[in-house]
Amino acid sequence: MGGDGEGREGGPGGGGEREVIKGGLVRVVWGGMGQDGRVSDRRLVFDSLSKRYGDVVALREATFDVRAGELFGFVGSNGAGKTTAMRIALGVLAADSGVVWWDGAPITLETRRQVGYMPEERGLYPKMRVGEQLVYLARLHGLGPRKAQRAMEEWTERLGVAGRRGDEVQKLSLGNQQRVQLAAALVHDPTILVLDEPFSGLDPVAVDVMSGVLREKAAEGIPVVFSSHQLDLVERLCHRVGIIRSGQMVAVGTVNELRAGGTVHLVVDAPNAGPDWADALPGVHLRGWEGSKVVLELDHGADDQLVLQTALSTGPVREFTRRQATLTELFRNVVSAEHEESAA
Amino acid sequence: MTGSDVRLGTWQAVQLVASREVTTRLRSKAFIWSLVVTLLLLIGFALTMKLVDGGADATVGVTGQTAALQGPLTATGAALEQDIEIRTVPDEAAGRAQVADDSLDALLIGDGQRIQVVVKKELDGSLRNALNVLAGQLVLNQAIERLGGDPAAVGQAVAGAGIDVESLEPPFPYEQQQLVLGIIAGILIYMALLLNGTTVATGVVEEKSSRVVELLLATIRPWQLMAGKVAGIGLVGLIQIVVIGVVGVVAALAIGALTISASAAFGTVVWLIVWFLLGFVMYSLVFAALAALVSRQEDVQGVITPPMMVVVLGYVLGISILPSDPDNKLCEVLSVIPFFAPTMMPMRLAMGGVPGWQAALSVVLVVLTIPALVWLSGRIYRNAVVRSGARVKLSDALRPA
Repeated sequence: MGGDGEGREGGPGGGGEREVIKGGLVRVVWGGMGQDGRVSDRRLVFDSLSKRYGDVVALREATFDVRAGELFGFVGSNGAGKTTAMRIALGVLAADSGVVWWDGAPITLETRRQVGYMPEERGLYPKMRVGEQLVYLARLHGLGPRKAQRAMEEWTERLGVAGRRGDEVQKLSLGNQQRVQLAAALVHDPTILVLDEPFSGLDPVAVDVMSGVLREKAAEGIPVVFSSHQLDLVERLCHRVGIIRSGQMVAVGTVNELRAGGTVHLVVDAPNAGPDWADALPGVHLRGWEGSKVVLELDHGADDQLVLQTALSTGPVREFTRRQATLTELFRNVVSAEHEESAA
Repeated sequence: MTGSDVRLGTWQAVQLVASREVTTRLRSKAFIWSLVVTLLLLIGFALTMKLVDGGADATVGVTGQTAALQGPLTATGAALEQDIEIRTVPDEAAGRAQVADDSLDALLIGDGQRIQVVVKKELDGSLRNALNVLAGQLVLNQAIERLGGDPAAVGQAVAGAGIDVESLEPPFPYEQQQLVLGIIAGILIYMALLLNGTTVATGVVEEKSSRVVELLLATIRPWQLMAGKVAGIGLVGLIQIVVIGVVGVVAALAIGALTISASAAFGTVVWLIVWFLLGFVMYSLVFAALAALVSRQEDVQGVITPPMMVVVLGYVLGISILPSDPDNKLCEVLSVIPFFAPTMMPMRLAMGGVPGWQAALSVVLVVLTIPALVWLSGRIYRNAVVRSGARVKLSDALRPA
């Protein structure tokens, strides 16, 4: 968190003052957590991005940052604004307002060439050969002919599609097309990775390959942001997570931070209890059944020992577990909050 | 990490895109075959022209008694711009047989004092004219002889008589061959504009429908992508038209089907190339912008049909009016207007007789139109090309995405 980056952020342009505040805000809210000790002025900052499509608000002042060397999971319902935010970062779309910063300066076409990008709906020339296509894309990213050729050979090798270099992309299986797509995002040795749903449509082996590559890239010290609906995977893989809802960031932080101040879940297996045994308990809500087990959500300060006593009063209790909310549950809370809001 | 190795010059980007287009096109079988087929058609056409041109307009047989008519008939034919071949047959019966098997168009029989003709079914119109004139001539000659005059002297006097015409605006002496050349030029440029224009449009939609455009636009600017595409496909089109034009003219001159001066023939080719480039740049900008509005190949035809109709209209008007009426006022006016010029002007230029100022004005107008189109098309393309899904309205595309 060098003062260097701060100075450059505030330096150029008339809107600099505001950016200092915004930049500062980003650090106040999320800085210093999890990634302590790493100097992270090489951050990709999505700063107050807003975007409308006609009457539809796609992004509303969305702000979050992705730090060097971290894997950032970007989650949200369909249409929440993930793709829009990524496309703005890549310059494919223009924001109505807001700035994307890289290394303390607004991102430009030159810096965008350093980004490895995987669009949501895969994009390759169907009738172009795999090898030529990757060389072409590498060259558009600024690599010289020989470097591009070497990078193509290296990545097709690593991703297991070396044997298909001479084939047209459309002749490959979907899984292999995905690998080529990933190779297209990596072939120019990017200093930032922005991947829109990189895991969708992958078989378990390919998921492992993809996870491995992303981890390795983050370990090299580059910021990696990807969106996904596979929340268990995001939870396992990511250092930090951002949840977007209706174009607004509603939570950003490590999964542990997101849990803090959240609700507690209890899993209780009391086979002789009736379906509504816990209904009358104060601050306790039924959240679902897992076989004979009931999942309860406790409000902040609700008494879990009272729950145990009540369960024991119905007969034997085989299991009584205090469980931390998974990302999936956190996400559901956020989404249900959305439904309640829109219903109100 | 290659953080420093990401420099890509503006023109380098355009050049990369263009060279991808060139390689893709040159490698496609459709391109190679269409070039080969067009060349074969042109050479075949030249050969046919030569063969048709080489033969006489009519072949007439004469018997021993009518042999005296040979000279007057040839002369009359020449006066009427007909090439009549005369063949002497041994006797009337043999002549009749040759008429029956089509080796003779007509056979002159009788005593040579009157014109008696044997034909298979009907006497050909122009041959009838020639024979009618000849019949009149015979009667006249006999009358002159009866009056003691010399038919040959009278004939010469008649032939020498003529009228002096003074034109205030001398008409251009159009040559048949140049008219044909104009038609060919028209067909070639029409095909070239349609094929290459469509290639640009489908190429734009290919990138949009396969979403590869998102990857590309993360590295280069929209105008660079559009310019590279237009330049690459244009270059391939140029190669095509140069090869067709040069090979076609060289073949036609070599075969002898084309007897106009080589400089006039190559002048036509040069104009054809100039107008292909002007027309292609102009139309492909329009096609690229309109194609960016749609996301599926099936929808391409729908959006590019209106400008395509202008190409078709220019071509159809030109090819149906100009060969018979090269000085047509409507064509003259339209051929100077930018969107009609690429199809009509090269036809007129090939036919000859275009005033220098008209040729220059039409070029200047197109050259002035192109920057305006670059601006407008660039704007539409930039705004529409990343909006996938339903067709983007033109009015929406004029506003930023």
